Amino acid sequence: MNHLTIQELRQLLITKQISSVELTRATLQRIREADAKVQSYVTVTDELALEQAKRADERIAKNENVTPLTGIPFAMKDCISTRGVRTTCSSKILESYIPQYDATVTNKLNDAGAVLVGKTNMDEFGMGSSTENSAFPATKNPWDLTRVPGGSSGGSAAALSANLATFAIGEDTGGSVRQPASFCGVTGIKPTYGRVSRYGLISLVSSFDSIGPFARDAYDCATVLEHIAGHDEKDSTTYQSPVPNYTSTINKPVKGMKLGIPKEYFVAGMDAGVESAIQEAIRQYEKLGMEIHEVSLPHTKYGLPVYYLLLFAEASSNLARFDGTRFGLSVSENAKDAIDIYLQTRRAGFGDEVKRRMMLGAYALSAGYYDAYYLKAQKVRTLLRRDFESAFASCDVLLAPISPTTAFKIGEKTDDPLEMYLSDIYTVATNPAGVPALALPCGFSKDMPVGLQLIGKHLDEATLFQVGHAYQQVTDWHKKLPPL
Amino acid sequence: MKLTYEPVIGLEIHGELLTNSKMFCSCSADYASAPEPNVNICPVCTGLPGALPVANKKATELAALVGLALNCSINKHNTFARKNYFYPDLPKGYQISQYELPIAERGWMDVTSPLTPLLLGEGLGAREQLRVRVRRVHIEEDTAKLSHEKNYALVDFNRAGVPLLEIVSEPDMRTVEAALDYTTKIRAILRYLGVNSGDMEKGVLRFEANVSVRPVGSEELRTRTEIKNLNSFRALTRAAQYEIERQIKIYEAGGEVIQETLGWDDARGVTTSQRSKEDAHDYRYFPEPDLPPLKLSDAWIDSIRKRLPELPEAKTSRFISDFGLTPSEARFLTSELSLANYFEAVLSKSKSSAKAVHSWIAGELMRTLNESNLSIDELTLSPESFAKLIDMTTNKIISGNSAKVVFNEMVKAGGDPEQIVKEKNLAQVSDENLIQEIVTKILDDNPSEIEKYHAGKETLLQWFVGQAARATKGKADPALTKELMLKGLEERRK
Amino acid sequence: MTQTIDTQTVKHIANLVRLGISEEEAQTFSGQFSSIIDYFNLLNEADTENVPPASDLANAENVLREDEVKPSMSREEFLKNAPNSEGGYVKVLTVLEGQ
Ligand SMILES: [Zn+2]
Repeated sequence: MNHLTIQELRQLLITKQISSVELTRATLQRIREADAKVQSYVTVTDELALEQAKRADERIAKNENVTPLTGIPFAMKDCISTRGVRTTCSSKILESYIPQYDATVTNKLNDAGAVLVGKTNMDEFGMGSSTENSAFPATKNPWDLTRVPGGSSGGSAAALSANLATFAIGEDTGGSVRQPASFCGVTGIKPTYGRVSRYGLISLVSSFDSIGPFARDAYDCATVLEHIAGHDEKDSTTYQSPVPNYTSTINKPVKGMKLGIPKEYFVAGMDAGVESAIQEAIRQYEKLGMEIHEVSLPHTKYGLPVYYLLLFAEASSNLARFDGTRFGLSVSENAKDAIDIYLQTRRAGFGDEVKRRMMLGAYALSAGYYDAYYLKAQKVRTLLRRDFESAFASCDVLLAPISPTTAFKIGEKTDDPLEMYLSDIYTVATNPAGVPALALPCGFSKDMPVGLQLIGKHLDEATLFQVGHAYQQVTDWHKKLPPL
Repeated sequence: MKLTYEPVIGLEIHGELLTNSKMFCSCSADYASAPEPNVNICPVCTGLPGALPVANKKATELAALVGLALNCSINKHNTFARKNYFYPDLPKGYQISQYELPIAERGWMDVTSPLTPLLLGEGLGAREQLRVRVRRVHIEEDTAKLSHEKNYALVDFNRAGVPLLEIVSEPDMRTVEAALDYTTKIRAILRYLGVNSGDMEKGVLRFEANVSVRPVGSEELRTRTEIKNLNSFRALTRAAQYEIERQIKIYEAGGEVIQETLGWDDARGVTTSQRSKEDAHDYRYFPEPDLPPLKLSDAWIDSIRKRLPELPEAKTSRFISDFGLTPSEARFLTSELSLANYFEAVLSKSKSSAKAVHSWIAGELMRTLNESNLSIDELTLSPESFAKLIDMTTNKIISGNSAKVVFNEMVKAGGDPEQIVKEKNLAQVSDENLIQEIVTKILDDNPSEIEKYHAGKETLLQWFVGQAARATKGKADPALTKELMLKGLEERRK
Repeated sequence: MTQTIDTQTVKHIANLVRLGISEEEAQTFSGQFSSIIDYFNLLNEADTENVPPASDLANAENVLREDEVKPSMSREEFLKNAPNSEGGYVKVLTVLEGQ
């Protein structure tokens, strides 16, 4: 039953054919069996999970406050604070950090009665696209254990793909949900920036970070997002507008809707197998009666430098609080004063990629370079937003690739940081623009999953789910399971 | 020829805003009455991973109020920014502040200063009016409190995140006196607005002075130094004075002043270099991405403007024109809002002149407050009773001396002045016949003193009047007594 | 414009973010940074005349909290994570002058 959807399990739970405790035990059993190979979890919360499952069963028995997520086991990316459960960001600096408070998303999932089975591996502080930049062993792709699951939410995507959870919470700063969803063959959404509260999410880029779920299909993703989205008085950047009931509009036909194909996303450099899977999906939408239009996002080529410059700048500041005084690693041997502790702790606690990005961020913000880098990037970011605004003037949703390739080999790209950055080319522009994007499996290339992304207007996740669901009604790529 | 120098002084004033909660979280801002360290804390103000700031509405209103009181323009679009540096009292590794777009900019404050700076050795002369430009007023958060032990420090986050206002002037002051007047006036305004208690001993108001010197007549701005953490007016004037003299000595010796941050060592009376912070002086400001911009409408700004009370300058002018007080009397009464309010309350209940009310407040009342270490707000003497007492002296119902007795009684135990006068039998004797009787008796009893008086020792008049006062236990109307005594003495001259 | 970030600059920016690095690391980073910064200079091609920075265009504005006090977190729990504490305080080394 580990491969079933939320919808299917919910039926079994409320008709009492299974209990949440049974389901949770099965998931924990599966984790014990398979995760030694996949290494998607950093922490498995056996005891807590069984406790939560028991409470979920009680809720179901009394038919009190039962939601579609009550009793459903889920995994959470290890950058989202969980009170009493270690939250590491896959960094040495937080290796034994146990938060004193819950993130808003954690609270919401608790309230819904979902069952946390563990915290998943990631690239350290979200910096990477392969889950290799981790203080823990690299997570493997369940479709091919010699390959990466993508990143930075690689642990969550791999856990879901390997049936080690029924849904998983990820976080997307520049593709960190969509790219691993694509590499692992699962569905995932990066919601509109500000749709889901970031309170308790350990910040990478405050103005890009978007928490979003991975699930077996668009319907399940819609269900989870309904429960975690919404205004939060603790996060000033969340939208006030109410969260729509996504699943109630998900079955609306897509006939006559306009699908935009951004021409800048279909240029040389894409693997042939990836390109043909994407083209096939476009044809599928044509068959569903959508109107296909080519559109232009003329500033796409600036997406990467804008994204990385702003990331470096904000991250360099967001990571300043890890100073070895109030929590986390503290290296104080032979320290003469507080500055020595900062220097030593941060040297020992952060990995190379994190160090690189913090230093480059300090550079981009420092006196004399601010205008040329940070400010320039913020201005070009406005142009990226305008690109999307004008594209959406003529279409309802955009369809684009997620990654030029399928999952690459472990160790293949770790040497050259710039090369790793360049592989994010298709996913990074959405985050500076703030728009939502849904990743869907759309085929295979040399036995590895290929994904596509549907990009929507601000706050128009409903349309993304509708269009994604329509595709999944006529295809079964999302139902394929890895040979694990 | 030896050059004469003039100082160029700019000031930063940091004042905590009187809010209930902190700037970016809902913890109590009242760290001064916290019973223990680290009891007003949460993930936000201790900088825990994942915690996010949410701005305090009241603090933004108070900041705008101060901006308007200092004649600033309010920036309708203003933003928060991060000031990045590491220090044990700064939990996030950055301070949330305002940088490019502060809440208020381009204001001014009129101050007075001696025409001739003391430094030139000309002594005190006439004062001139000087307009000091206020560059900006911005909101930021206070740091945690560090208590330094021998080899380590203890951190208390109760103060971390308390809202602070920073008021930055242009370097427009040319004398230490002007700087003193500027800070005094700003403190009074902050207290008038109710945004800051002005309690400098508690550290709710702190100054930083930027000081440079240049030859008189020159318009150049030379290298300046920044003296931090000046916690009293005395420290401000001493530190500025010291720094001016130090810089002049450097120039006179042919040296160069280096730009640096200085501390003030109050015990030794010297400024000291604080090089440790200098190192990381590149604060890498950028817009705070966790906080959306503040967009202030005209209607909002107007609603804040309507809350502006009458400020010290305007009140002073009104006291002069409406009540006929002298500028120095009016300035004294308006130096504190509570004092001005008390004065007006007494005056409104009294039939005596404003001058009479002023002299009672400046005299007896201030003496009593100083002696008992009370503030005017703690005073139980009602304006009605005080007014009645003043009127009784004006109408000569009691003598000045008796009035003081009554006043002390009222401050101590309250009560109605008429009642006290009755109980203590203090009513002034103004009955001419009665006083005449007493005067005649005294004159009859002291022939030798009368002889001496007539021989030219006219100072004895006071002695005679004193005898009459003694005989009436101070109740005799002194003016009348004196008049009758003088008449009697003259009559006996032949 | 091609820029190189020399080891001196690397050490300076490492110090700004309080990161201890060795001479060797400074050299490695220097090489990597120069190529990354070089790539960023692509932005110079974009015409941003009269384009406002996106940081001014947030999806919300005037998000303000009422000035109400809410309960604090427990000090005991807060201090549990601190490497050093004493008498209810977090204990740290001071910053030495002149560093
Ligand atoms: Zn707090």
